[in-house]
Amino acid sequence: MALKLYGIPMSTCTARVLACIYEKNIQFQLVPFNLAVGEHKQPSFVAKNPFGVIPVLEDEDLTLFESRAITAYLLKKYKEQGEDLLRLKEGNLKEEAMVGLWTEVESQQYSPATTPILYEYFFAPRRGKIPDQKVIEDGIVKFQKVLDVYESRLSQSKYLAGDFYSLADLHHLSFTLYLMRSPWVSLISSRPHVKAWWECISSRPASLKVVQAMTPAEK
Amino acid sequence: MTAVEETTSLSGNLSKTPRASWILPALAYMSRTCLIEKEVEFKIIPIDILEGEQKSPEFLKLQPFGVAPVMQDGDYSLYESRAIMRYYSEKYKSQGTDLLGKTLEENGLAEQWLETEGQNYHPPIYNLILHLLFHPKLGLPVDDKIVKESEEKLEKVLDIYEERLSKSKYLAGEFFSLADLSHLPFTHYLVNDIGRAYLIRNRKHVSAWWDDITSRESWKKVLQL
Repeated sequence: MALKLYGIPMSTCTARVLACIYEKNIQFQLVPFNLAVGEHKQPSFVAKNPFGVIPVLEDEDLTLFESRAITAYLLKKYKEQGEDLLRLKEGNLKEEAMVGLWTEVESQQYSPATTPILYEYFFAPRRGKIPDQKVIEDGIVKFQKVLDVYESRLSQSKYLAGDFYSLADLHHLSFTLYLMRSPWVSLISSRPHVKAWWECISSRPASLKVVQAMTPAEK
Repeated sequence: MTAVEETTSLSGNLSKTPRASWILPALAYMSRTCLIEKEVEFKIIPIDILEGEQKSPEFLKLQPFGVAPVMQDGDYSLYESRAIMRYYSEKYKSQGTDLLGKTLEENGLAEQWLETEGQNYHPPIYNLILHLLFHPKLGLPVDDKIVKESEEKLEKVLDIYEERLSKSKYLAGEFFSLADLSHLPFTHYLVNDIGRAYLIRNRKHVSAWWDDITSRESWKKVLQL
């Protein structure tokens, strides 16, 4: 039975899982989901994810939520196919730990810093709200400090965890794609190593599929 | 057993000084509890947060975000508490408590609830501790709006935990895992230091779970360090 993924490709967290699925060439079924009608609050969905948010993965008897737990599970289950994005091969525990470190940094530093900016710019207007400029300005100050650490790190290694593409880099794709569609592209493009890293990771075949999946049907 | 050095914001000595006695070692407690569960020896190297030692060039080489804790294991160093815990749980898989689950599915569930802690539980509880414990001692204002919103958010998460723990003994299933462990430090402050024990005690299954995980030997040892 194929994996079932409940989610919407335009959503950053669903796209994070899609990137992993594409990298590993996993057979799956994307279950159409309608946030507008409150499908995420329906009892049948809350039974799958009590937090009532997408994505959710179903793999036979196992139901998983939290996109970063889903990607970790998929990489462990399909470790024999595609690239070794978690460095699971024997003897690579230290590399695996570096992947773990930079996935935590994405989770605890990078995404929390980008979320307020992207929310105010992309999503507040859809809810009839005027973007809060103070939140955006404060967010940019914080985010710049995080990016300075990334610039320094990426001047020492090609990718975040080392000289190999890993889950840590992949987890950054969806939020950064939104950033590159915002007025604040220069935050990335003004930092040469971050820029080079972004160009590299976003041009992978699997990443290009994510870009396509995250492109709205109508303008 | 391997000796690991942990550079952190609290040592036995520092905790006796009035200025430093309230420094929160919460994230360091997380990794220390994990190491004790895995029967790994470690040594604590204190740094003085008040003197800004975490912003010194030497420390920033180890942790560029200037935040404790950092682990050093020979010439290898690692930061971010959950990454530290995952590494040692994997490295010492065959000794001590199995904190990652025995099967791929159990591991998936452990990761799901550890991510839940990091994404849903940690942000509001951190705000509560920051405003109700830290800010008064630092002479900073307490933002009542943030406190109210954080408590409301935390209550919603705890309602979900109550439902979950009515069906299984621990968050990931019938086994204690990193997901339960990661809740120990900040919930300890919630219950003991900011008068919010009722958030836990008003929920029967959460309360029983809390009593269970805080009765573990590893946690009792960490509180004595």
